[in-house]
Amino acid sequence: MSMSSTTDSIQSPVESADLIRSYPGFLWWGLGEATNGGLRFYVWMFALTAISLVGANAWAHQVAEGMIVTNMTDHVSWGLYIANFTFCVGLAAGGVMMVIPAYLYDDEEMHKVVIVGEAVAIAAIVMSTLSVVVDLGRPDRFWHLVPGIGRVNWPVSMLTWDVIVLNGYLLINLHIVGYLLYMRYLGRKPNPNWYVPFVFLSIAWAISIHTVTAFLYCGLGGRPFWNTALLAPRFLASAFVSGPAFIILVMRILRITTGYTAAPGPARTLIQIIRVAMTINLVMLASEFFTLFYTGGAHGASAQYLFFGSHGHYGLVPWIWTAITFNIVGAILFFMPSALDRGSVRITACVLCIVGIWIEKGMGLIVPGFIPSTLHEIVEYSPSLVEWKVTAGIWAFGILMLTVLLKLIVTVFTGEQGTAEA
Amino acid sequence: MTDDDKSGSEHQPGELSGPHLPILNQPSTRRTALKAVGAALGLAAFGRAVSPLWSIPENVSVDEFLQQHYKELSEADKKKVFERLEAETKENYGANVTISDPQPIPGVRFGYAINLSKCNGNGACMEACNKENNHHRGVDQSYIRVLEMSKGSLDMEHGTTTFDHTVPQDDKFYMPVQCQQCENPPCVSACPVEATWQEDDGIVVVDYNWCIGCRYCEAACPYHARRFNWEQPEIPAEEVNPDQGYLSNRIRPQGTMEKCHFCLHRTREGRAPACLEACPTGARVFGDLNDPDSDINWILKNKRVFVLKEELGTKPNFFYFFDS
Repeated sequence: MSMSSTTDSIQSPVESADLIRSYPGFLWWGLGEATNGGLRFYVWMFALTAISLVGANAWAHQVAEGMIVTNMTDHVSWGLYIANFTFCVGLAAGGVMMVIPAYLYDDEEMHKVVIVGEAVAIAAIVMSTLSVVVDLGRPDRFWHLVPGIGRVNWPVSMLTWDVIVLNGYLLINLHIVGYLLYMRYLGRKPNPNWYVPFVFLSIAWAISIHTVTAFLYCGLGGRPFWNTALLAPRFLASAFVSGPAFIILVMRILRITTGYTAAPGPARTLIQIIRVAMTINLVMLASEFFTLFYTGGAHGASAQYLFFGSHGHYGLVPWIWTAITFNIVGAILFFMPSALDRGSVRITACVLCIVGIWIEKGMGLIVPGFIPSTLHEIVEYSPSLVEWKVTAGIWAFGILMLTVLLKLIVTVFTGEQGTAEA
Repeated sequence: MTDDDKSGSEHQPGELSGPHLPILNQPSTRRTALKAVGAALGLAAFGRAVSPLWSIPENVSVDEFLQQHYKELSEADKKKVFERLEAETKENYGANVTISDPQPIPGVRFGYAINLSKCNGNGACMEACNKENNHHRGVDQSYIRVLEMSKGSLDMEHGTTTFDHTVPQDDKFYMPVQCQQCENPPCVSACPVEATWQEDDGIVVVDYNWCIGCRYCEAACPYHARRFNWEQPEIPAEEVNPDQGYLSNRIRPQGTMEKCHFCLHRTREGRAPACLEACPTGARVFGDLNDPDSDINWILKNKRVFVLKEELGTKPNFFYFFDS
C-alpha cells in the first residue's frame, strides 16, 4: 500500500479495508454533525440558505430569459460575476499560501490555523467556480469543457488552463482536509505520507491558480489596461493579504462562537505576512499608476476613466478611491503595534483590506478593462439587481459550506460534540 | 436524514468508530424527524427557486444537448442537425428556411478593403448586414460599426459611432469596422472549447451550437467584432432571410457568440458580401487574395493600404486605404 519504510505508520491491508468500511460512517457522522447545533447555529444556517435560494432563483431567471437581465453589454461583456471570480481565486490561493510558514519553519502551532486556511480555500474555490458558471450564456453546455467528453482548447486557451487548475486545486484541498478530518475522527495519527506531499503540491498549485487567472487577462493584447506583466505579481501580493486577513477574521469568529483558539503566535505570523504583502501591493500599484499616467496615451485611457473619470463618465471613480482608501488605512492599521494583539484594530484592518482588495481586483480591474471599448467608445456598467442577488447567493452558499467544514474541524479538533455553534 | 436505529451515543475521538451516528444527547427520533422536515422544506424551496429552469426542456431538445462539435459531425449527422434546426425555425419563427453548409473554395483566401475617401457614413452596410444575417431586430444589431472620425487623426478615441445627423459632415471621415478575419486571431486562441476557428479561406467562424457563452473571445478581440446574444433574437417571420448557412447567418441561439463571417453562404458561392452589395458609394472591395488578377490584389498593389492596430500582430485580412 505505502512505499514508505516507516513501518509503524503503514496500514496493513486489513486495516485499509477497515478504513474503507468506516468511511460511510464518517460521512454519515459529518452529515449529522453539520445539521446539529444550537439556536444561533440554526438561525445562521437558515439565513444563509435563504440568501442562497434568492441567488438560485435570480440565476434561474437569468438562464431562462437570457443574460439581458444583467447590465452587461457587448461593450462591457464581463462584470460583477467575473470580478467576484477573480477575488475568490485570490482568496483560495491566499488561504493556502499561508500554509508555507507552517511547513517552512516547522511551526507546530500553525497547524491549527492551517486546516482553517484549507477550509477557506475549498469554500473560495467553490465560489469562484460558481461565479464562472453563472457567467456562462449556455450553462447547459458545461460538458463541452470536460476533458474527454468535451473539446478543450488546451494548451492554447488560458481559460481551459484555469478550469483545469481550479478543479485540480479543489481536489487537492478536499483530499487534505478530508484526510485529516477522517483520521482525527478515527482517533488516529494522520500519516504524513498521505498528506504532506499534497500540502506542498497545494502550495505550488495555489500560486499557479492565481497566476493563470492573471494570465487570463494580461495575455490579451487588445486590452491595454490588463496587458501588463505586473498583473500576476500584483494578484499574488494581494492574495497574500486577503487570504490571511480572511483567516484572521474566521479565527476570531470561531474563538467567540466555539472557543476554538490557536496560540497568538500564528496570528502574528499572519500579520507579518500581511504587512509585507500589502506594502508590495501598494508599491506595485504606485508603479502601475506612474507608468499609466506619465506615459499617457491609449494605455492610460482606462486608468483615466477608472481614477478620474473620462468624457463626463465617472462610474468607477467612487469605487476605486474607496478601495485605495481602505487599502491604505488598512495597511497603516496593520503596521500599528496594537495590530499584533487581539483587538479591534486588527479586525478593522482585516475588514478594510478585504473590502479594498475585493473592489481593486474586481470592479476596479475587470470593468475598466472594457472602458473605453476597443473602438474607444465609452459605455458604462453597474451591476443589475439580478447580478447582485446571484453574487450574494454565491457568497451565502460559500459561507454555508465553510461553516459546515469549520464545524466538523472544530468538533474533531477540540473533541467536544454538539455544543459547537460555528 | 438520519436513521432511527442509530444509537444516541457520542462519538469520542480516539475510539475507532464503526458506522455509528452520534445523535448528540437528543432524543434521536425527534431530532431526526425535525431534520427530515427541514430537509424536505429546503428541497421544496430549492425546487421553487429554480423553477424558471423548467422552461429549458422546451427550448433545448435532447438532440441539441447531445450534439457534437461541427468538426465531429458526419455528413449524415449534419443532415439531421440541419433538418432539426429548420424545423425549430419553422416552429419558433414561423419561417421556412434552408440551412446549407458551403465549404471553403480550395485555394481561395478572402480579403476585404474599404476606400475611406469614398465611404460617407450612410450606414447602408449596417442595415444590409442586419437583414442578411437575421440579426435581432429590437436592437438593430449588425456586425459593422461605422466610426465618424475627425479629419486630421486616425485615433479612434476621437471617433464616435452614435452620430445621428446628416452625412457626410465636412470636417469628418467615416470608417466602418467589422471582423478583420485576422490571420492570427486572438479570439480563436481564447476560446476554451474550440467553438470558433479559422477556415481554409481565412474566415473565422463560430459553431453556435457548441459555444458555451463565456465571452472570453469578446474580451480578446481588439476590434469589437464579436457580439453576444443577450436574449433570443426577435425577427418577424416575413423578414427572416431563408437562405441560411450553418456557420454563418442562421438564427443564433440565445446565450452564444456570433460574428461577421464575410457572408460565407454568399461568397463561397461566388456572390458578394451583403454589405458590399448595399454600399452606394463603391467604397468596398472584396476578393481572393490568392488570385493575382483580383480587385483586392490590385488595391493592395496600387494603393497605400493600412490595417487597424497592426502593432498587435493580429495580421488582419481587412484593409483600409485613401484615394490618391
